[in-house]
Formats: sequence, structure tokens, C-alpha cells
Amino acid sequence: MDWSGRSTRPDGTWRLSLRLEFLESPPIRGDLFSPPTPGTQRVHYTFHWYPAFRAIPEMLRGAAITLEVAVLSMLLGVSIAVLLAVASGTRYRSLRVIASTWVEVARNTPALFQIYMAYFGLGSLGIHLDSFPALLTGITFNNAGYLAETFRGGLRAVPPTQTLAARSLGMGQLQAFRFIILPQMFRVVFHPMTNQMVWAILMTSLGVVVGLNNDLTGVTQELNVKSFRTFEFFAIAAVIYYLVAKFVTLSARLIAWRLFRY
Amino acid sequence: MLDTSLTSGDLLFMLKGAGVTLSITFWAMIGGTLLGLGFGLARATANWWVNTALGAVFDLFRSVPLLIQFVLANSFKSIIGLHWSAFTVGCVVLAIYTSTYCAEIVRGAILSVPATTRRAARSLGLSYWQDLREVVFPIALRSALPSWIGLTLGVMKDTSLVLWIGIIELLRSSQIIVTRIQEPLFVLMIVGLIYFLMSFPISLLARRLEKRWQEYE
Repeated sequence: MDWSGRSTRPDGTWRLSLRLEFLESPPIRGDLFSPPTPGTQRVHYTFHWYPAFRAIPEMLRGAAITLEVAVLSMLLGVSIAVLLAVASGTRYRSLRVIASTWVEVARNTPALFQIYMAYFGLGSLGIHLDSFPALLTGITFNNAGYLAETFRGGLRAVPPTQTLAARSLGMGQLQAFRFIILPQMFRVVFHPMTNQMVWAILMTSLGVVVGLNNDLTGVTQELNVKSFRTFEFFAIAAVIYYLVAKFVTLSARLIAWRLFRY
Repeated sequence: MLDTSLTSGDLLFMLKGAGVTLSITFWAMIGGTLLGLGFGLARATANWWVNTALGAVFDLFRSVPLLIQFVLANSFKSIIGLHWSAFTVGCVVLAIYTSTYCAEIVRGAILSVPATTRRAARSLGLSYWQDLREVVFPIALRSALPSWIGLTLGVMKDTSLVLWIGIIELLRSSQIIVTRIQEPLFVLMIVGLIYFLMSFPISLLARRLEKRWQEYE
């Protein structure tokens, strides 16, 4: 291993590079700088962090898109999931079948498959989605399926006497659901919803597989194919994903504290 | 739809892909469960700062997209000059990722065994490890198994991401066929069916186990 250390560039900037040398066979002391003997392979890799650091603003703009997809898919997913949860509790068989099919397909197939279905599959039906809407559709489908199951449990946790009390106070069926049942359900399911939000953020990274190039992973991949500094760029992307996930978890905790304290 | 150029060879190719999916799942679960047992035991017994540190490290693995973990591991193995196949990298990354979830399951299950039961076992003269092996594990297994099966299904779905590092599993094999015969919806529906058939019976089993074991409580 040799340290090339801090080297100054012509434009006055500097970079710290660490040169790693690993030998397949254990190196003999003092023989490290001689040319490799036949049969051994010497791997040279110099980390270049400078271009990766310089790309951080661009990657942060990608992170904003990532957050945007995740938030949109959560808003849509929650709305659909409430409908699905209600549908699975009605006495209409057809509605129950639709709801349970949606939930089972969403939970028993990979998210990437669902995104592929939106991107490639819908094309056969004449619906041609771009990669952004396709990613959004896939993640929304997935979110709705998982959340519907959570909401079903949450609805069951609200005692049926609550509806009866609300109705006897003169509320209509919808009013009782909207003002009495839903708020109590959200209190129960808020924590699983936060987890689903983090899942949604992580799922957005799959957009790159269907050609999305402006979210965090997409931007990182674009930079990667230009420079082949795979490790450096993706390591920074990993850090940003971690920070975004933490940011979401913390703000959800704050919101929960604000909304649900007595 | 009845008029398709999908051949039986293509179907066989997809089934082979499904075999790769299952074998990655198998190795990831073996590795993940063994590691997870150790980590979970550590988290259930260690003092608070070891616990916090372990929890923070696990959280790191769970807050970074798996796709990025695959890419990072794959490029890192090239940097340090390991000659691993993409398959091995996929299995190792998935195993570590799985172990962080498995550790939580194991920890929860061990902590769910009442302290009085353990004290009773110790006061009957069982050693620490005997108590763990003969009393805690059988009771903990009951609460852990349904979630462990759920984890297995989750891992099976996560294996689809290894296509990004160049492994031809079920989803990737379907893409190869789609490129040739240009019938994405039909081929993807078959893939969906295969995934569904692989995971739905097991998820039913988990649900039934959970229900049946709750009756004994």
C-alpha cells in the first residue's frame, strides 16, 4: 500500500487520494514495488472523491425529485388504500374481490415487477407511460396494497360503538366515517404509514431500471456512466438516501407529536 | 392473446430464471438467519451501548436502497480485487440485509419469553445456555416463525433487484424474452403468476400458523 497523499493540481485545487494495492498471493516484504510476478494479479484503484463531491448539488436536486415521487405516491396510495380498506369490509362481493386481488398482487410480487408492468405491460394496452409516471404508478400500486392491509387492521381497532354513537348524534354515514372513524384509524396506523413512506423513498431508486434519469439514483447512474467512478458516486448517493430517510422519520415523529398528543 | 410466439423453450428459460431466484433466496436466507440469530441474541442480551451501536448499524442497512447496496458491494469487490461472481455478491449483500431484519425478529422473540419463565428454568438448575436452548428458543420460535416466513417472502421479492448487477433471474429472463417476441404484457403476466405461485401458498401457510398458534395462548 502506498500513499500518494495530498497532491496539488495546476488550478490550485487539491485531492487526497489513497492508492490501494492488493496482491492475490501474500506479498513478500520489500518486494512490494517490483513488477508483479506471473500468476499474481495486482489491482490498482485510486479513489477520486473530488468529482463526486463536486456533483453533490446535482445529486441533491435528484434527491428532491426522489422525495417528490415518494410523497406523491404516498398521497395517492393512502387515498386508494382507504377506499380498498373500506371496500374489503363491504357486503358487496365484487368490491371485496377487487380489493383482495389488489392487495394480494401488490404484496406477493416484487415492486420492480409492478413498475415493469406499468412501464412495459401497459404499453400493450395502448397506455404509453413515460418513466416518471410509470415509476409513480408502480410505487402507488405497491403502497396502496400494503397500506390497505394496514388500514383494515386500523379500522378493526376502532370500536363499532363509535359509529353507533356518531350516528345517534345525527351524523350521516359519510360524516361519521370522515370525522369519527378516520381520525381514530390514522392514530393507530401512523407508525406503519411512516415505515411505508421510508419504503416508498427506497423504492424510488428502482426508477433507474426503467430509465428515469433525474431522481437521485438516476442522476448518480448518469454520472457513473460518464466517469466510471461507481463506488464514489454511489457511496455519496447512499449517504444522501440515509439522510433523506432519517429526515422523513424525524419529521413524521414531530408531526405525530403535534397531531396526536392529548 | 391466444396467438403468441412464446415457445416452450422460452418458458423453460423463465423457469430456470425462477430457479436462480429461489437459489439466491435460499442462500440469502441461510446466511441471513445464521447472522441474524447471532445479532439478535447480542441485541437481546448486550448492554445498552452495544445495543445502540448495533441498532444504528442495522438502521443504516435498512435506510439505503438495496439496489445501491448491490452496486456498492459489486464495485467494492472489484476495487479490492476479490474474484467473486455477481451471484456470490448478490447472495452476500442480501444475506447481510436479511440479517438486520432477522436480528429484530430474533430479539423480539427472545424478549417475548417472560422473565419469570426463564427464572424458573434457572432455579430448576438449568445453566444459562441450557435455559436458552431448552426453554427460550422453543417458546420464541412460536412468535418468530410467522414473521420469519414473511421475511423469506420479502427476500424472494427483493432478489429481483440483482438483475442490475447482471444476474439473469426470473424478471431479467422475462425481459430478454420480451425483447425478442415483443409481447410485454403477456410475458410479464406469466412472470407475475410465477412469483405469485411461489409466494402466495407460503404466505397462506404463515397466516394459518399464526392463527393456529394464537389459539394455544
